[in-house]
Amino acid sequence: MPQIAQLAATYSSQIFWLLLTFGFVFFVIGLGMVPKIQSTVDARDSKIAEDLARAKAAFARADELEEEHRTRENEARAAAQGVVAEAKAKAVKDTEKQVATADKKIAGKIAEAEEAVRAASAAALTEIEGVAAEAAQDMVAKISGGKVTAAAAKKAVKAALNG
Amino acid sequence: MAESGKIDPMHQFAIEPLFGTDELSLGGYNIAFTNSALWMVITAVLLWVFVAGGMKRQLVPTRWQMAVEYFTGFINKLLLENAGEAGKKYVPYVFSLFMFILLANLLGLLPIGLFGLHPFTFTSHFTVTGVLAIISFSIVLLVGFFKHGLHFFSLFVPHGTPLPMIPVIFPIELVSFMVRPFSLGLRLFVAMTAGHVLLKVLAGFVINSTNAGLGYGAMVGIPSFVLMIGISALEMLVAVIQAYVFALLTSLYINDAEHLH
Repeated sequence: MPQIAQLAATYSSQIFWLLLTFGFVFFVIGLGMVPKIQSTVDARDSKIAEDLARAKAAFARADELEEEHRTRENEARAAAQGVVAEAKAKAVKDTEKQVATADKKIAGKIAEAEEAVRAASAAALTEIEGVAAEAAQDMVAKISGGKVTAAAAKKAVKAALNG
Repeated sequence: MAESGKIDPMHQFAIEPLFGTDELSLGGYNIAFTNSALWMVITAVLLWVFVAGGMKRQLVPTRWQMAVEYFTGFINKLLLENAGEAGKKYVPYVFSLFMFILLANLLGLLPIGLFGLHPFTFTSHFTVTGVLAIISFSIVLLVGFFKHGLHFFSLFVPHGTPLPMIPVIFPIELVSFMVRPFSLGLRLFVAMTAGHVLLKVLAGFVINSTNAGLGYGAMVGIPSFVLMIGISALEMLVAVIQAYVFALLTSLYINDAEHLH
């Protein structure tokens, strides 16, 4: 086994070169380069963490804005609905009022017309009575030669007309 | 392997000085630039290239950057899970340890023997794994005593131990603590050595049986080769797992030193 057989002859050279090469590895690579690589990794990790945090915050902000927007929208909708209902009620009331005035006007006109009709029919009736009484007076005079007073004729006609 | 004298499955672990640096020395100690040292340098350079490719530091990472960040993130998570927030400052060390061992293990499995080159797995030498284990263990000791002072010894007395049991428990815990660097280093060394020996033995079967004749080649060589393919896949897994275990245990020991149970 050369590891044992050559031990005495080679240990100093082995140790010397090992310390030299491993020393180089430790001081140049381990101490000189590894921390820089680590710091790069750390910087990247913190950058990623920061970005993620920012994204999360932005996300929360967006949620908040959406919520705000939704409440505002709901408020606006409620207000609009109120306005619409009010307008509807007002319109209904206006219509009712107009209908009422129109009704009143129409009723007045109807009453007037009825009155006129009644007056006309009354006038016509009296005229017919008068004419009938005269006719009855004449008929009595011609047929019997008797004389009937206008008042009696009128009374008779009235009785005949009204049954 | 007496019959197949030509193929020594242990030869792959032999250390040979390269470029005529046999006599290179420092303060009386030999520091020859060996094949082992060459592969340490290759490992370190490749690791540097890999990590440097991930240094673009872009917010949106490139593929390479993602790969490097995956490894640093993996070690970061490992320490965070096992040693808590306090474990974060050990990321550079555990990352270096994990990647260095991982790359060494994997590079040692490269099939560059096909091109006449010889990959060398320096993590199959306990001189190397032992030094790495001792470094980890020293960090645990230094942090433990620096942070907790002599109170660190309470690590050897688990919570709720009855007073009369302390004299018995303390030595047991102390021994189990002192064994840690050995288990840490030996585990890696043994796993890597065993896998490579097994692969070389099977490769020897393939070569020797085929040399002995076509019939032997078909009967022994082909099953051995199929087995080698499976074991190579298993060895890749072991290479990753052993690097992970080394890093995991180091982070667990660091947790002990930081938090004392």
